[in-house]
Amino acid sequence: MTAGYNFAYLDEQTKRMIRRAILKGVAVPGYQVPFASREMPLPFGWGTGGIQVTASILGYHDVLKVIDQGADDTTNAVSIRRFFARVAGVATTTRTTEATIIQTRHRIPETPLRAGQIMVFQVPIPEPLRWLEPRESENRKSHAMADYGAMHVKLYEDIVRYGQIATSYDYPVRVAGRYLMAPSPIPKFDNPKLDRSPALMLFGAGREKRIYAIPPHTPVVSLDFEDHPFRLQRWTEACSQCGDTASFLDEILMDDQGNRRFVCSDTDHCAARQAAGQGGAP
Amino acid sequence: MYVAVKGGEAAIDAAHAALARKRRGDPEVPDLSLEQIDQQLALAVDRVMLEGSVYDRELAALAVKQARGDLLEAIFLLRAYRTTLPRLAASRPLETGQMVVARRISATFKDLPGGQVLGATFDYTHRLLDFDLAAAPPPDDGGGAGAAPAAAARTDDEFAPADPPENPQAGPPASPPASPPRVSDLVGRDGLIEPAQPSDPEPAPDDLTRQPLRFPASRDLRLQALARGDEGFLVSLAYSSQRGHGTTHPFAGEIRQGEVAVEIVPEELGFPVTIGTVAVTECEMFGQFVGAQGEPPRFTRGYGLTFGESERKAMAMAIVDRALRSGELGGGTAAPAQDAEFVLPHSDTVEASGFLQHLKLPHYVDFQSELEGLRRMHAGLAAAAPAGTAAGDEAPDDGTLP
Repeated sequence: MTAGYNFAYLDEQTKRMIRRAILKGVAVPGYQVPFASREMPLPFGWGTGGIQVTASILGYHDVLKVIDQGADDTTNAVSIRRFFARVAGVATTTRTTEATIIQTRHRIPETPLRAGQIMVFQVPIPEPLRWLEPRESENRKSHAMADYGAMHVKLYEDIVRYGQIATSYDYPVRVAGRYLMAPSPIPKFDNPKLDRSPALMLFGAGREKRIYAIPPHTPVVSLDFEDHPFRLQRWTEACSQCGDTASFLDEILMDDQGNRRFVCSDTDHCAARQAAGQGGAP
Repeated sequence: MYVAVKGGEAAIDAAHAALARKRRGDPEVPDLSLEQIDQQLALAVDRVMLEGSVYDRELAALAVKQARGDLLEAIFLLRAYRTTLPRLAASRPLETGQMVVARRISATFKDLPGGQVLGATFDYTHRLLDFDLAAAPPPDDGGGAGAAPAAAARTDDEFAPADPPENPQAGPPASPPASPPRVSDLVGRDGLIEPAQPSDPEPAPDDLTRQPLRFPASRDLRLQALARGDEGFLVSLAYSSQRGHGTTHPFAGEIRQGEVAVEIVPEELGFPVTIGTVAVTECEMFGQFVGAQGEPPRFTRGYGLTFGESERKAMAMAIVDRALRSGELGGGTAAPAQDAEFVLPHSDTVEASGFLQHLKLPHYVDFQSELEGLRRMHAGLAAAAPAGTAAGDEAPDDGTLP
């Protein structure tokens, strides 16, 4: 079935074009580089940007991890991991520490990343200003002039209306003091992991045809106000599997009586803790 | 418990097996051949070729079969096949004036050089279900004597000049020219329509499949996006324009269907060679006339070109093309059909369908983040409520809220 397709599916000319976009993105942190996104055998909106980035940087000796919602066993993560196992024949893993490339949708692993690792984010809407102004031509001007007042006004209006900034995921960040950037719909819980990370962060938006990047050790600041500092989500519960109180927890409804349990969103993190003898909350 | 919530490899495999069974249907019913789809569902094949951007009837028929008749899925399959193919050459502009026409009509002149040639069209059929088609097919392949004239007119050799005995009124006058002159050229002779500006062949036209859409988008890019765009979306946009949201007052100047030669100029030869023919439908809409200072008013043009017999799509494309030119013609860009930044990014069925359906993917993390935020807001409100109206027994927040 994969006969007739190049290593990692994309032809080499396309890979070269995408690598150029990636290099430009790395050179201008947080800037959205337009690229000639291809149709992929998976639908737009299901990770085609991330898949194209991964396909372009993947080498024979890479070890690939794919997560969706933090988990390796969600259906779309399974599907994408299988795709690359099939068209590239590379080794795959669920262990964050073993992976050289981690493609993700909506999470950054709890395990701290190390130098040499590459995170590839699937991005639905790369433009952080889109919800304030739908026109790309206007938003390009705002980026060119670093005019991000509209976003601060939006956050301020949240505080007036709700008493707090209501954005809880895809929380806007300022990269290297210059470009406003959408971190993709990761929970704001994960935003601090972007800041000065030793790993390279690549963002691919297939349908929107944009690539951007955060090079290693780049300062990334979540927008806030002096009197309303950026705050992380917290849980009063612990993971029912491993007992962790510091990781991002998924809520699982147990019945129709309102009973619920919480488990780590990051399955590898949770499994590693259990293997190390950490028990779950009752 | 945990495994039941998250998906699994076994579930995907089982779903694929179920899909294969459903695609085949009852094994007692004969399997569809690609030839049958190509011949008898020819308009489905046309649409898949057009929006899939691959002129290959066999591959399009395969896509229709594999997609269980879901044309958007078939278009997606064909696009995903096309996407890694190399682009070997850019053809010279199609000479649609040299088209061997199977159908050619104008709504602007009762008669004109080359005549009106109806060809095979649903246009004047009565939309009555033909129960003869439901019966077992006759042993001979006579085209169905009881079928409506339009159906009967469809022959294997459909792009030869229409067969006069099938439908004398619809047929062309005796010994018609195979390639009648374009109506716009006839009108253009009097300077009553804006000239078609042939674009400079150098540099080669923009190509959406090789460069991202940027704004303002060039007209070649816009036309390419419209040709690949979803038929339903474009029909509705054109309709919105007709109903007054950015009207262009269109006249169907000419619609022609037929085969045209595709030529390329190989670098090593330096002269054009024909590499094949494609069946296309071309529509030229004559739009609202405009004039500038010192210039006489003239009709404007909207252009549509599609593979095969995708006539509805070609007409919609021509109207939307004209609407998108509204800005440059001084007509504003306020209506949806006039707004390139609204029309072009939302016209592609593969992009739109994919993003719509991604909502089926899990969003546990984002939803959890929203739940956490909402609960914090509720807790903050409860804590701020005046004493005596304590709402529930929720633990008050830690006081970090204002």
